[in-house]
Amino acid sequence: MLGYVARRLAILLLSLFIAAVVLFVLLRLLPGDPAGALVGVGATPEQIEAARAQIGSDQPLGVQFLAYLGDLARFDLGRSFVSRAPVIEEIAARLSVTVPLTLAAFVLALVLAVPLGTFAALRARRWSGLLLSVVAQVGIAVPVFWLGILLVYQFALTWRWLPSGGFPLRGYEDPWRAVQAMVLPVLTIALVMAASLMRYVRASMLEVLGSDYLRTARALGESHTGALMRHGLRNAAVPVVSVLAIELSTAFLGAVVIEQVFSLPGMGSMLLLGIQQRDYPNIQGVLLVTTLLVLLTGFLADILQRALDPRLRQEGGQ
Amino acid sequence: MTSKFSPLRPAWSALTTTSAIITPAIVTTAIAVSTLAAPSGALAQEADPQAVITIGSLYEPQNLDNTAGAGQGINEAFNGNVYEGLFVLTDEGDVEPRLVEDYEISEDGLTYTFTLKDGVTFHSGDPLTAADVKSSIERVTAEASASSRKRTLATIESVETPDDRTVVVTLSEPSISLPYNLSYVWIVNDAASDISNSEDGTGPYELQEWRRGSALSMVPFEEYWGEAPDNGGVMFRYFTDATAQNNALLTGGVDIITSIQSPDALSQFTDNPDFTVSEGASTTKELMAFNDRVEPFDDPQVRAALARAVDNGRLLNAIWGDYGTLIGSFVPPTDPWYVDLTHVNAYDPDSAREMLAEAGYPDGFSFTLDTPDYDPHPIVAQFLQNELSKVGVDVQINIITANEWYTKIYQQHDFQATLQEHVNHRDIVFYGNPDFYWGYDNPEVTQLIADSERAESTEQQTEMLTEANRIIAEDAASMWLYLYPQIVVSAANVTGYPVNGLNSQFFVADIEKTQ
Repeated sequence: MLGYVARRLAILLLSLFIAAVVLFVLLRLLPGDPAGALVGVGATPEQIEAARAQIGSDQPLGVQFLAYLGDLARFDLGRSFVSRAPVIEEIAARLSVTVPLTLAAFVLALVLAVPLGTFAALRARRWSGLLLSVVAQVGIAVPVFWLGILLVYQFALTWRWLPSGGFPLRGYEDPWRAVQAMVLPVLTIALVMAASLMRYVRASMLEVLGSDYLRTARALGESHTGALMRHGLRNAAVPVVSVLAIELSTAFLGAVVIEQVFSLPGMGSMLLLGIQQRDYPNIQGVLLVTTLLVLLTGFLADILQRALDPRLRQEGGQ
Repeated sequence: MTSKFSPLRPAWSALTTTSAIITPAIVTTAIAVSTLAAPSGALAQEADPQAVITIGSLYEPQNLDNTAGAGQGINEAFNGNVYEGLFVLTDEGDVEPRLVEDYEISEDGLTYTFTLKDGVTFHSGDPLTAADVKSSIERVTAEASASSRKRTLATIESVETPDDRTVVVTLSEPSISLPYNLSYVWIVNDAASDISNSEDGTGPYELQEWRRGSALSMVPFEEYWGEAPDNGGVMFRYFTDATAQNNALLTGGVDIITSIQSPDALSQFTDNPDFTVSEGASTTKELMAFNDRVEPFDDPQVRAALARAVDNGRLLNAIWGDYGTLIGSFVPPTDPWYVDLTHVNAYDPDSAREMLAEAGYPDGFSFTLDTPDYDPHPIVAQFLQNELSKVGVDVQINIITANEWYTKIYQQHDFQATLQEHVNHRDIVFYGNPDFYWGYDNPEVTQLIADSERAESTEQQTEMLTEANRIIAEDAASMWLYLYPQIVVSAANVTGYPVNGLNSQFFVADIEKTQ
């Protein structure tokens, strides 16, 4: 298992390196001049030159690339062209919004999806199970931002229970308001995520329900529920875990949209602003960190799957 | 998720004026305020001096330094609130002394001697001295400065400080707009470091906290030399989505929105007694700029014909309903050299066809319209395409990003016609620069605009620029479509805010809120 983890980690680092190179090259291929965006319309050519020298975009691409890799190796993501602040600091501040948002939504989605999916599988042929499947289908079809707007309309504009958006200036030092600010965005992501997760849980459960080992367990005297809990859940979990990893990664990326709807100061708004201003260090920083989060999620999912399923361990060990 | 927010707006706000003057209040009459009745009882209540006012804005500053590409948001938050200049451009459009007690201009107009106000301190506690003023002016004119004001101060030859309260500015040639231009120069403590992320000004408020992507708060400065603010502090909350911003106002998350950018959102406030909708005087002009260097737009007759083919009134109504103003040239009513020129090349499709035939295009022609991809330009482009097709002119719409606009059009002049909004006050001077992106080159106008800066009196300056204004209108130098409305919406219990927002400023010290 340890050898596997080491190998998997090496792949992760290699992927990250490739991502860093691709990002650097792609961004430089985009039309537009960051120095021009920085000084604005009305600037003289000398002003633009001065701005280029200041941010280093007057250097040959190769020199810029080596400097970038060197900084990266020291976990230095550089300074923003526009705000002049260290990128890593701003990303840290913004991760403190995006990560809790995504994780809370993910946990809530799991809490909803696993029991409901199991229930839908057990009642697959009754009206209650069918109804749940229909609801899940509708949930998958709903665009996440539209659900967000609906929830704002109902909970903020009509009932006035929760704020319509924003995040307290002092962040978590103002815990009650920070939590209030998170409720609707978390709910929005969680509901959409739960809908698709539920379908996977249900499908996976149905397969387990028809399996031979479950029938054998029941023949040996275990109750239906007992057999399902002891043998079924764990087996059903293996395919669901890879779906979970994909869902979580999508949620990190999809937070961009939800942060816009709710005006949250997360990674999404940083990325959008960065793109508008050709603020390469900011864009690179956000995309690299997001890539790292996605890679880490995949890594953890792989490890978890092997822990759950001994068959995978054996194949990997040979 | 539709957003009416034009993302690169801050970049274009840097479009500079290179000339202007001090004007007595010619413009105050232009302000039309439509105020809906406040709920009964609200007026009788006393304002709460401790109330913190929350202001919603779409223009988040990117850093805290207005000479480093921070965007228009930093002027909105800091001008007159955190930083002050030697002069101030008031919300009515007048230029008044602020940190200057008194000033003298030499006979030849080349030497300005400023005496500073006594007893002014910076937020850090240091007293204001002439050395601070010198370093503040030189910060804007410095090599590395990205300030949009840099060029306007190019005539400054030297700044001297004979004593702590006296600043002597020497110019290479007379510049009647110097006080106006100095109203943009923040006076910063020369001992301050890192003003990209902190501040040290003399204004009535000091920065309390700034959280990127979210909000910026300021509290009254106890040692302020002038009158204390009417409120207990201000928080600017920043939005990237206009709908989210409107929702925040509807739910009490913000008290005021500095500028409504989505016309369709207005009805929820106009029909509601809990809110006040104010229409101020705007300086933002929507225009189709021809490339006056290239055929067929190098022919004024062709430009005039196209101007006559388009019903601007219908366009404005389609986009803004009853809001906004028609303009016959580039000059908005708040500029001193405004005259009503809407009758020049007014809508008349029949004469447009005749003029096109006379100019040698009896069957019309085809051109490409480079259209920025954010509102309202794509809609405007479609409208123009439809109107111009009626006189036989075929418009090819080419959608581009704001960044491409900057490179292709502004820098390389590689276009036939384009759409753009120009936000600044007193920016007719662009027509005096033949190298500007639209390439309008009329020696008479160039001369008038250059001479106006060397004028001996503001009357003379106004006369010259009014003349220039008439000529560009007759030349149909560009197609000026309409003036945006400037709409501020607030909760009904909040009063005392500026409604014009000239040059994106938003003075907050007089804002009051009743409970």
